[in-house]
Amino acid sequence: MMKRRDFLRYSAKGVAGLALPISAIEIVSPGEIFADRESGTRWVFLVDTYKCTGCGLCVKACKLENEVPYEANVTRTWVERYVMTKEGKVWADTPKGARDGFTTNKIDLGEGRFQDVKNEEIQKAFFVPKLCNQCEYPPCVQVCPVGATYQAADGVVLVDRQWCIGCGYCIMACPYGVRFFHPVYKVAEKCNFCYHRINKGLKPACVQACPFGARMIGNIKDPNDPVSKVIRTGRVGVIKDEYGTMPQVYYLGLSREVV
Amino acid sequence: MAHGEIWTLKEFFVTPNEYIYWSIQIVMYPFMTGVVAGAFVLSSLYHVFGIRQLKEIARFALVFSLALLPVAMMPLQMHLQQPMRGIEIFITPHFTSAIAAFGIVFTVYFAIVASEIWFVYRKFIVETALALREKANRTMAEKLWHLTYSVLTLGSYDISEKAIHQDERAVKILATVGIPVACFLHGYAGFIFGSVKANALWMTPLMPVIFIMSAIVSGIALSMLTYIVVMEIRRFIAARRRTAHEAFQSIEEIRGTEVNVVRITSKYLLFFLIFAISLELLDLIFRGYTALKTWDILRRVIYGKDFFDIFILQYGIGNLVPFILFVIPGLTIRRTVVGVILVLFGVFMMRWNVVIGGQSFSLTYSGFMHYVMPIIPHDMETFNEGLFGALLVMITPFVLFWGLNKVFPAFREI
Amino acid sequence: MKSHVLRPLYVAILVLAVALIVRQRLVPEGFGAHERGYMYGWHNMNDEQFWKKFPVKYKSSDYCKECHDDKHSSIMRTPHGVIQCENCHGPALDHPNEPPRLPIDRGRAQCLRCHYPLPYPTSGRQNIKSVDPEEHNPGAECSTCHDPHNPNLEGMK
Repeated sequence: MMKRRDFLRYSAKGVAGLALPISAIEIVSPGEIFADRESGTRWVFLVDTYKCTGCGLCVKACKLENEVPYEANVTRTWVERYVMTKEGKVWADTPKGARDGFTTNKIDLGEGRFQDVKNEEIQKAFFVPKLCNQCEYPPCVQVCPVGATYQAADGVVLVDRQWCIGCGYCIMACPYGVRFFHPVYKVAEKCNFCYHRINKGLKPACVQACPFGARMIGNIKDPNDPVSKVIRTGRVGVIKDEYGTMPQVYYLGLSREVV
Repeated sequence: MAHGEIWTLKEFFVTPNEYIYWSIQIVMYPFMTGVVAGAFVLSSLYHVFGIRQLKEIARFALVFSLALLPVAMMPLQMHLQQPMRGIEIFITPHFTSAIAAFGIVFTVYFAIVASEIWFVYRKFIVETALALREKANRTMAEKLWHLTYSVLTLGSYDISEKAIHQDERAVKILATVGIPVACFLHGYAGFIFGSVKANALWMTPLMPVIFIMSAIVSGIALSMLTYIVVMEIRRFIAARRRTAHEAFQSIEEIRGTEVNVVRITSKYLLFFLIFAISLELLDLIFRGYTALKTWDILRRVIYGKDFFDIFILQYGIGNLVPFILFVIPGLTIRRTVVGVILVLFGVFMMRWNVVIGGQSFSLTYSGFMHYVMPIIPHDMETFNEGLFGALLVMITPFVLFWGLNKVFPAFREI
Repeated sequence: MKSHVLRPLYVAILVLAVALIVRQRLVPEGFGAHERGYMYGWHNMNDEQFWKKFPVKYKSSDYCKECHDDKHSSIMRTPHGVIQCENCHGPALDHPNEPPRLPIDRGRAQCLRCHYPLPYPTSGRQNIKSVDPEEHNPGAECSTCHDPHNPNLEGMK
């Protein structure tokens, strides 16, 4: 009795030992951890809020280009409206992400309520397009438990639709609210600067659709790139940099009310 | 329809993609994990610190924590948009994510609890297996039982005094190792929330500690409640049969043991309850005093929108009332039952107020979201993330315990 | 060691070994930390190809110009020259093959995206001519009177 058991035990150990090469335990090779980026491209975005008119053509184009269901109340990019009154009140809204633009001066307060702001009460008002910041240190990628979202060598953060488990942790971790669940594929979805377009030498759909040149894309590593020049030499701001994410969407004409 | 849209109401300035993505199942997850960890810590109080008075409840709490273990995973699985891919956290774990560690910690913890149970029950397993082997003309069921127990012996039939002594030492070691692992399992559930820097309410290093303390509270409370229910059933059976029942000689003896165990356990419950509340209040005071940029919206959530949920339901009914109930001298079973149910409710509300409360304000700091829990399910999504999904998670540990109790009798003298 | 004490450990090690072997089989080819390191670059390399191959739908006005040069050059002389054809005509996709005809968005809402009066100080919007849609021929399609390709008031139909 004892012998048979011993035999079983030793053979089990032996089989396990033989069948278990070191690579099975290895999760990542050490060389890769310390690998440095030497790629010549780092995509960045520049938004000129002075030029934005809130037409929302960028949102429309984005949804159609990237197959985000048009009627679903989620979007990769959106436009916010900020209205500051002479009394010091701040009103802001983004009805349907401004997919249809802003065709009323009433501020959408949600749940069917609206705030009427008379034009003569307005101190200043403007529009701010929002999209993924393709952070240098993306918290959404850090928290993905399975490696389904990642940063490509050129800085763009992508989502692997075949691998995402749909836990929603990345959505929670993003300080900018750019992530959501794709209504069809049931996986995390986000703006990727139209990765398919920029890799073919095209402009992202929103950049191309903007009639006023409020949206621009460029390569920060290229000193001759016009966007890169503005960011290097001009006065630009970013949104919510207190999280240490190093957002890579730069804004001209940002105001303190913008969140 | 976008995920989350069906149960989220938006008010004022909320960005388009914001919804209550983590709903009732993510409330259930830390609640159930907490109960597991707490039940294990309770059983360890006897095994490690040798608190003899807890002997009766310790073994039960151990088996119960094994029954609860799979249920800690269940809500996570149910809430995944791609439940079939859940296994990926073992295949390509990304350890910079707090969730990726879940698989490892959970498995280690499972191994510890299962091994501890094996050592506690080894004598019983061997004796049962041997008794069944001796028996002539076994029925089909007995043959199955024999097979089960034979496998459970793992091939060792040694129940000499020396071997039993070794078992006891092993139990003690495992129970000792188990405490930090249990705390880690749950503390890191707190870490999952506490480390989300984008969320103003969640982000605090106190979160893991607060989670552990309230976990132990809820684990003790649920163990006490289940213990009382089981003892009452046995008393009822004993009274009906008017004969001796299993280990106990009389109805009075059952009652006596029960009251004794409950009184001792409630003292530990009180201790951890005070600890948990102190930490939570510290967190609240600190946020108010430092009043960072986000405090304005947090204040409006804590003292405004969620005032009833936090101060009436959680702190009032869930903490203060049971506190008073336990402190008044001459604790009775009935009072204990009311007390532990309220404590469990209080811990549940704490999870609710963290998980749902943390998502009830917008990243813009000037908008709110309200969670309307789906009651009647009309598809898989509203079942999983609704009342019935939560109830399913709530009931499962008792079903599992019922099954486990047949293999490892949690109450019989062994 | 004859003792039974380590038996659960053997079971655990066996389970772990099986799990690791299974894991190794299941990790997709191409998975690794790649350029961005383990924290930010842990992914399947093949997925980058998926996104690079994603179909392009908006082809830009230059693509339209290849066949509709007349329309293109006439609109380019007007203030509407800044607007991409596809903003009103929809994404070209594989037009003229698929779809052979593009739907045209002639709705008032399309024009009001820019021409609804929002004279916001500090915003480019204040410079765009606008009409109050509730007073300016409500219900009528803008293109009944205005030519979107020649929006100047002299170009009125």
